[in-house]
Amino acid sequence: MGKTCIIEVEGLHTRFGSHVVHRDISLCVRPGEVLALVGGSGSGKTVLMRQMLGLETPAAGSIRVFGESLHGHDREALQSLRNRWGVLFQKGALFSALSVYDNIALPMRELRTLSEGMIRDLVMLKLKMVDIGAEHAAKMPAELSGGMIKRIALARAMALDPELLFLDEPTAGLDPQLGEAFVKLIHAMRTELTLTIVMATHDLDTLVALSDRVAVLAEQRIVALGSLQEVAGMEHPFIASFFRGERGQKALGNTLS
Amino acid sequence: MMQKNQHDSSATLHRSIGEEGFPLLELGGRYTLAAMGRRLHALPAELARHAAEPGLRWDLRGIEQMDDAGAILLWRAWGSRRPDHLLLRPEQERLFSRMEAAPAPPAAVPRDAWWPMMMLGRGILLLWEHLVALVALIGQMLLDVRYLATHPARLPWREISANLYRTGAQALGITALVGFLIGVVLSFLSSRQLQTFGADIFIINILGISIIRELGPMLAAILVAGRSGSSMTAQLGVMRVTEELDALTVLGISHSQRLILPKVLALGMAMPLVVLWTSAVALLGGMIVAEIQLGLNHRFFLDKLPDVVPIANLWLGLGKGMVCGMVIALISCHFGLRIKSNTESLGAGTTNSVVTAITVVIIIDAIFAVVFSNVGLT
Repeated sequence: MGKTCIIEVEGLHTRFGSHVVHRDISLCVRPGEVLALVGGSGSGKTVLMRQMLGLETPAAGSIRVFGESLHGHDREALQSLRNRWGVLFQKGALFSALSVYDNIALPMRELRTLSEGMIRDLVMLKLKMVDIGAEHAAKMPAELSGGMIKRIALARAMALDPELLFLDEPTAGLDPQLGEAFVKLIHAMRTELTLTIVMATHDLDTLVALSDRVAVLAEQRIVALGSLQEVAGMEHPFIASFFRGERGQKALGNTLS
Repeated sequence: MMQKNQHDSSATLHRSIGEEGFPLLELGGRYTLAAMGRRLHALPAELARHAAEPGLRWDLRGIEQMDDAGAILLWRAWGSRRPDHLLLRPEQERLFSRMEAAPAPPAAVPRDAWWPMMMLGRGILLLWEHLVALVALIGQMLLDVRYLATHPARLPWREISANLYRTGAQALGITALVGFLIGVVLSFLSSRQLQTFGADIFIINILGISIIRELGPMLAAILVAGRSGSSMTAQLGVMRVTEELDALTVLGISHSQRLILPKVLALGMAMPLVVLWTSAVALLGGMIVAEIQLGLNHRFFLDKLPDVVPIANLWLGLGKGMVCGMVIALISCHFGLRIKSNTESLGAGTTNSVVTAITVVIIIDAIFAVVFSNVGLT
């Protein structure tokens, strides 16, 4: 079982018009690991993540999540697959028409197997998990600060206790302190639950704190894949500037020495 | 394959008598949301039955996997407290201690007995708020006009011209289509009635007065309110959501001068022209049907029209058009500026804007009808 992949990407090509984004990418996300996708802007890490979520279709190649193709036609199978993952979008993507409580309750209600009383207990538990007080439950997303939106969006992503979590720039737009708290939160969740995490990030501190393996996207392919130490030592212009630049050295200082 | 596996190892209960003679309940399998699936309907009742039994020992150590949902299921069955005899593994211990720390959901606020009064009061206050804001907006417009009169170089010509094109020229197609069809239908129905009295010739009076004085301006105003009014509100609303309005303010560019005044002026200029166009096309439609239905020659129709329809009706129609145009623009901008930076508010604001604009257009029409009841009618 240790060799199976939660997400299996094979021979993936992506094109927008004549612009090639990915050329023959293959990747395996192992159970229980945190895989970080890293790359400069325009390198296609967000596109790759969106393809893993089935939001975009690659020009060629296949992606299988939990061994299931995302472009199959079995509605039931796709739905049960989607109940097993949670997604944290960069800007939270909370439903602005629903209160905080209803945002988190929505995925649970959609299951149609939970009683309203149980949903209430579960929502309060998730709110507690992301450190949001009960007094905020009735608020609308428009009344919340950026940091709160992120945390509530994480609570919604975790609503169904998923086995797989996607994080798109989890700490972007948060101040450093909040970002650190957010990383700690995700860390704590990992130790309590068996979670596989795929995240796209620019932030070196987040990368150092969370990732088990790093995949570096550049020149339309994955130029490096391995643990942070392995990847940071490789010879490539992007890696050199990203990991061994001034900021990179500061963040990696403790890990590498 | 995996799915089946999960079902096989779904939550299990095993009731027995323990070594020391105590009743023992051993739980096993997977107490997770995914694994329990459909059994969630039946499990709570089953667990509650066991929970009611005094002195029962709960052994959870055999559970392979348990998530928040599974823990809550048990927690609820126990009545939100631990049973007297409970055997747990350390990681389960963590789950339940989190459960004890979870905050109670906020109590639902009971509905105030005075709510109809409160609703009414709130509605009246809101109406008052809108009126005050509208008056303030009109005042701001007048101040802008006075300022621009002394600084003509600052007149926003480009914006006025762009708005003229968008609200006037681009509205010609839809107003022509609607006007033509209404003219055709009106002429057809009226001519059938007139024929029975042998009063065919009066079709010119009916079409002339009704279209030029009433239908042309109203059709144009309602169409423009729906078409341009909604787009003006949405444009200002989106600019609020994307903080463009704030960016203009910090650059020292006045909203009212650059965004609102050009819209009001442009629609005030465009509407009379659109009214003229709509009335003309509607009359054309009516004339064609009159020729087919009644055999009324179109030359005769055009010759007779100025005699039976006093020219005052045309000025009245154009005046109505201008007033309606400026009011539509004002109302749309007023609602656009009130939109808050969220998508919900954007939708509600646009709807309110169009509904209000159309209502006000019809009210203006009624006021015109009363005030000018002695003008243009023989």
